[in-house]
Amino acid sequence: MSGLTKSSIARKVVMALSGLFLVFFLAQHFTINITSVIAPDTFNEWSHFMGYNPLVQYLLQPILIAGVIIHFVMGFILELQNRRARSISYASYKGSANASWVSRNMIITGLVVLAFLVLHFYDFWIHEISYKYIDFSPEDPGRYHAETVEKFEPIWRTVLYIISFVLLSLHLWHGFASSFQSVGFNNKYSIAIKPLTKLFAVLIPLGFIFIAIYHHLNPITH
Amino acid sequence: MKLTLKIWRQKDASSSGKMVEYPINGIEGDMSFLEMLDVLNEELINKGDEPVEFDHDCREGICGTCSMQINGEPHGPDRLITTCQLHMRKFNDGDTIVIEPFRAKAFPVIKDLIVDRTAFERIQQAGGYISVNTSGNTVDANAIPINKHAADEAMDAAACIGCGACVAACKNASAMLFTAAKVSQFALLPQGRVEAVDRVQNMVRQMDLEGFGNCTNTGACEVECPKGISLENIARLNREYLSASVKG
Amino acid sequence: MGILDSKIPSGPLAKKWTNHKNEINLVNPANKRNIDILVVGTGLAGGSAAATLAELGYNVKTFCYQDSPRRAHSIAAQGGINAAKNYQGDGDSPYRLFYDTVKGGDYRSREANVYRLAEESANIIDQCVAQGVPFAREYGGLLDNRSFGGVLVSRTFYAKGQTGQQLLLGAYAAMNRQINRGKIKAYNRHEMLDLVLVDGKARGIIARDLVSGKIERHSGHAVVLATGGYGNVFFLSTNAMGSNVTAAWRAHRRGAFFANPCFTQIHPTCIPVSGEHQSKLTLMSESLRNDGRIWVPKRLEDAQSIREGKLRPTQLSEEERDYFLERRYPAFGNLVPRDVASRAAKERCDAGFGVNKTGEAVFLDFAAAIMRYGKEKALTSGLKNPDDTTVRSLGEEVIEEKYGNLFQMYEKIVDENPYKTPMMIYPAVHYTMGGLWVDYNLQTTIPGCYCAGEANFSDHGANRLGASALMQGLADGYFVLPYTIGDYLADDIRTGEISTSSPEFDAAESVVRERLDKLLNAKGEHSVDYYHKKLGKIMWNKCGMARNATGLKEAIDEIAELRKDFWENVKVPGDLNNMNQELEKAGRVADFLELGELFAKDALHRNESCGGHFREEYQTPEGEALRDDENFKYVAAWEYKGQPKEAVLHIEDLKYENIELKTRSYK
Repeated sequence: MSGLTKSSIARKVVMALSGLFLVFFLAQHFTINITSVIAPDTFNEWSHFMGYNPLVQYLLQPILIAGVIIHFVMGFILELQNRRARSISYASYKGSANASWVSRNMIITGLVVLAFLVLHFYDFWIHEISYKYIDFSPEDPGRYHAETVEKFEPIWRTVLYIISFVLLSLHLWHGFASSFQSVGFNNKYSIAIKPLTKLFAVLIPLGFIFIAIYHHLNPITH
Repeated sequence: MKLTLKIWRQKDASSSGKMVEYPINGIEGDMSFLEMLDVLNEELINKGDEPVEFDHDCREGICGTCSMQINGEPHGPDRLITTCQLHMRKFNDGDTIVIEPFRAKAFPVIKDLIVDRTAFERIQQAGGYISVNTSGNTVDANAIPINKHAADEAMDAAACIGCGACVAACKNASAMLFTAAKVSQFALLPQGRVEAVDRVQNMVRQMDLEGFGNCTNTGACEVECPKGISLENIARLNREYLSASVKG
Repeated sequence: MGILDSKIPSGPLAKKWTNHKNEINLVNPANKRNIDILVVGTGLAGGSAAATLAELGYNVKTFCYQDSPRRAHSIAAQGGINAAKNYQGDGDSPYRLFYDTVKGGDYRSREANVYRLAEESANIIDQCVAQGVPFAREYGGLLDNRSFGGVLVSRTFYAKGQTGQQLLLGAYAAMNRQINRGKIKAYNRHEMLDLVLVDGKARGIIARDLVSGKIERHSGHAVVLATGGYGNVFFLSTNAMGSNVTAAWRAHRRGAFFANPCFTQIHPTCIPVSGEHQSKLTLMSESLRNDGRIWVPKRLEDAQSIREGKLRPTQLSEEERDYFLERRYPAFGNLVPRDVASRAAKERCDAGFGVNKTGEAVFLDFAAAIMRYGKEKALTSGLKNPDDTTVRSLGEEVIEEKYGNLFQMYEKIVDENPYKTPMMIYPAVHYTMGGLWVDYNLQTTIPGCYCAGEANFSDHGANRLGASALMQGLADGYFVLPYTIGDYLADDIRTGEISTSSPEFDAAESVVRERLDKLLNAKGEHSVDYYHKKLGKIMWNKCGMARNATGLKEAIDEIAELRKDFWENVKVPGDLNNMNQELEKAGRVADFLELGELFAKDALHRNESCGGHFREEYQTPEGEALRDDENFKYVAAWEYKGQPKEAVLHIEDLKYENIELKTRSYK
């Protein structure tokens, strides 16, 4: 880890690359999730694959967790360093005059997303782990869709998810485009890339919100 | 115009400072911001008080000496100017104006509104030059044609006046735009490519040592830069740094 | 009066510098390590000199009052730097540059110095390009040129409107490289307050650390003063607020002769004064005169209406305008030298044709250039028969590319859009050709005390051509002084370190302390600025663009009177042992109050009009300057004798062996 943090530029590159990786994961996650609305069988099939494929379980999943941790820990280190770089703060500081709220408050949107991840892990990941490795329940390729829909039955959870997705959107709004700048990609092509990242930052969380609301409104009746 | 000024007063580097309020009268729109402070200082001197000390020199926006945070923004509310080019017509009768020194751990206050920007000097000394002898035995100036666009871009980066507004504006007090401007100027010119790898590594190392914050791409520096130095330079710095790290 | 030995090398003009370099003593590299040089002032001349001296191996200490060498006022030079490269193939050569400079200086400069400058000019461009100075280029990748006032070729290299900045940053970078190597020790925010002489040689300085207020002693085997000009004696000038004469004046008081103090350049294209509160003036680059046409209304009534805001300049037709430079000087038109253009503007304004509230402004109009460029751009963009609006907007784009930053600066200050209404300009004090007298080696009359750049008097005579200040600063610093100083230092290789605890240093320090105490304890009535403004008014009204014997005599007395009042009644708050900007200013103004008097004395004694020095008594019936070569073809070098008015005149006769003295004509 020390090599990664040896210079300010290396640190931001780490933030950018881990962020880009998470963005990629988000896209993949969304692709699977949207099938829960349009093709429940596919959803079950893919979820089962993800849950039992050894490559996914023992390689990709740890990488993902590492990615989240690196992104979070590094973000936190950066925030602390950055606060220390201005020991006496301004009596009057007009941040809104020269930078967007999102870009200045990545730590807030990030922490909310992190808090959401805790809930999300509790809801799905812990559930999966205990199902598979604690309770040693049998494989059931058909259970995923029902379990997912069931989660969105209580309104509080649906609302929490929606709020978190809004914050995620804000986080992506700055973060996705910013990661290109961090790895040194800012030139005539970025004119095209920037709108695409913004589109992604809005559409993907909106999609997740749609899924949450859809399942909330269409509970499985037993 | 009648105004209320809230100004940071601090006797010296080791003293602690505070905001002090001064009412001021008879300010005209044609006055520059610094001329308004001249009026205040003349009043203070005549009253037997110590004038407000502030850095200034050329008063035409090129030397980069003047440096103050005005109502929460470096060089005040106008764009693409330094404090000395800010005119009072940008303010209204009855306004309260908060005037503070640029704040950064790497820019300690010397007195009142004057800060110590020698951190910038050390960044330049670490590599902000091309190592040629200055005794004049070099090749003809036209021996190496340089693409006009590259030359123009180098010029745009070189326009940096080293005022420190980028650091002052950045929520992280990062000096990336300043460092990027110099690295970019030389990175774009064939003469500068020769020692590009060492230059970027040395300058970034020094920048970090000085205690500036990390860049988080908020873009505040670009907006507040009196010379409009583009964020593309920071991207170029990142690129140069990454490729230098790979090359060793 | 044989004190002044200019040490001009013998031989033909074109060989003098080369011969001289071949003949002077050198210091071997090992010995250079034992020699310390103090460089005061780190602009183009000082910065480049410090860098080269350090590179040659000397131990260099630099001093500047700014917080960084990069802020020296060389940075404000906009338009460009001349060099006899003849890249344009328009017949330029070192000789032509030499000729233009001597003629432009109204035959009051030293032939040999100017030729050396022209010779080295090409080298400067090579050097700066190697250092990464981003000069403007053409599409083919080669360097671009523009033309400047007073010449018929295009030899000016430029970096947008920030040439001085880029060249200074080049010199600053060269300094940084040496600082990094430990060969230069930079004392920023330090001000030299006295020169220390040991056995008649310059051996050190007394400086004040402007942050802590501490008085320090620094010793060296030689002292280089590169502290710029003294235009701020006028209070309002285009100089930086901190630009001052103190270092040069202190050296003058210690025995360095001050040459031609009255030769001051009033630059024609500055933004006019807007009111009493004005603290400084802003220059608009001379390059604007490439494309801008200068005019006032033909009829007095129109000028009156414009002043009252009843008439807009754009409402006047071509026939109702007086393009007075084009009318008076058809050959050079708007590109006459600065002194000529300034005087012509003043003449029109004095006659009542001024166009702003104060009546002290003329128009600089880009409408014609905008249309001309617009048409050209339309053609090259393949537009057939474009309408006027299209042409205008295309033309504005071209103008913006060329002068965008200047137009923006103008708009910020004046709050008017110069693309739509003509700019208003008026002459302002800009540069001082006078300065410490130096010989061919740039040594003052004090052995071991050298002077470079604007601070010396040497190359521009009575008027400087545009884009030549940068050229001189860099030539002195990079290529002249580092060699010539070796000739002097060759005798110092066994001297060893100069002690700072000698009686001479004690004495100099106590003089400095007494003076500062006196300033702090005057506890009088008025601020330093009060006196500075008063001095400025006297200077501008009586020693400005046009001078006469009566006014100059009055000025001498008034300045002496003001100086007396200053020392009794100035009010300097704060204390010595802390940062104290008022104290800094007080010391500088005190020296201006002495220089101003010498300035007037010099102007009074020079009974002729030449270059920037225009005596109303000496003019042709058409109002052109009347030079007197028979009696005044010399450099006036003044020796300090206690009071400025008691200064003793020494004369260095100027010999013109390669150029025929002519009446300067730009008609």
